Amino acid sequence: MIEHALTFAFSAISLALLMNLWSVVRGPSILDRVLAIDTMVINVIALIILYGISERTPVYFEAALIFAMFGFVSTVAYAKFVLRGDIIE
Amino acid sequence: MSILAEAIVSALIIIGAVFLLVGSWGMIRMPELMTRLHAPTKATTLGVGGTLLASIAYFLAAEGVFSIHELLISMFLFLSAPITAHFLAKAYMHSRLKAGELPRPDGKGWSTYDKPAGVESGEAPPRDTL
Repeated sequence: MIEHALTFAFSAISLALLMNLWSVVRGPSILDRVLAIDTMVINVIALIILYGISERTPVYFEAALIFAMFGFVSTVAYAKFVLRGDIIE
Repeated sequence: MSILAEAIVSALIIIGAVFLLVGSWGMIRMPELMTRLHAPTKATTLGVGGTLLASIAYFLAAEGVFSIHELLISMFLFLSAPITAHFLAKAYMHSRLKAGELPRPDGKGWSTYDKPAGVESGEAPPRDTL
């Protein structure tokens, strides 16, 4: 049962990632692209965790945690750059 | 692994995947950035929370270990998603919108459009507000 659920989840998240890619291409403003990349990072975190379930190993949690931190920091840094023209003032 | 545990894990995986799909679809569907912010910050965060709960339930049922990593990731995501949305909305407000175009909240208005103390009179702001 879990295998079928994982197959469904992998295809759903792949579709979601394609939608995010389309959203990055379309824009129209730079903040829309930042938001799309941030959503893409969250989808990739879910994908990594589901891959860990399908491989039955807890090795991938650190990768997911690092993705979460980098996604957050890069999004905030880019929004701050758009807001102020500088990241660390 | 019992059939009940398998059903719970599968249901959590499917709920999480559907929320992720709906969140990404909403980002395409919505017309402009301020409405577009809703879909990723709410639905996608819930979706990734669903998959993390599925992972907790799976490793608890299959190996009998309660792993705390997923809780760490989901807590971090639930804390960071509103901050991300706030920063993106604020950058959008300052780059695209004027204060007069927005609905006025009660009280004085949008404090993010206020000038810092001392700017209007041309003198430097006091040191303790920096």
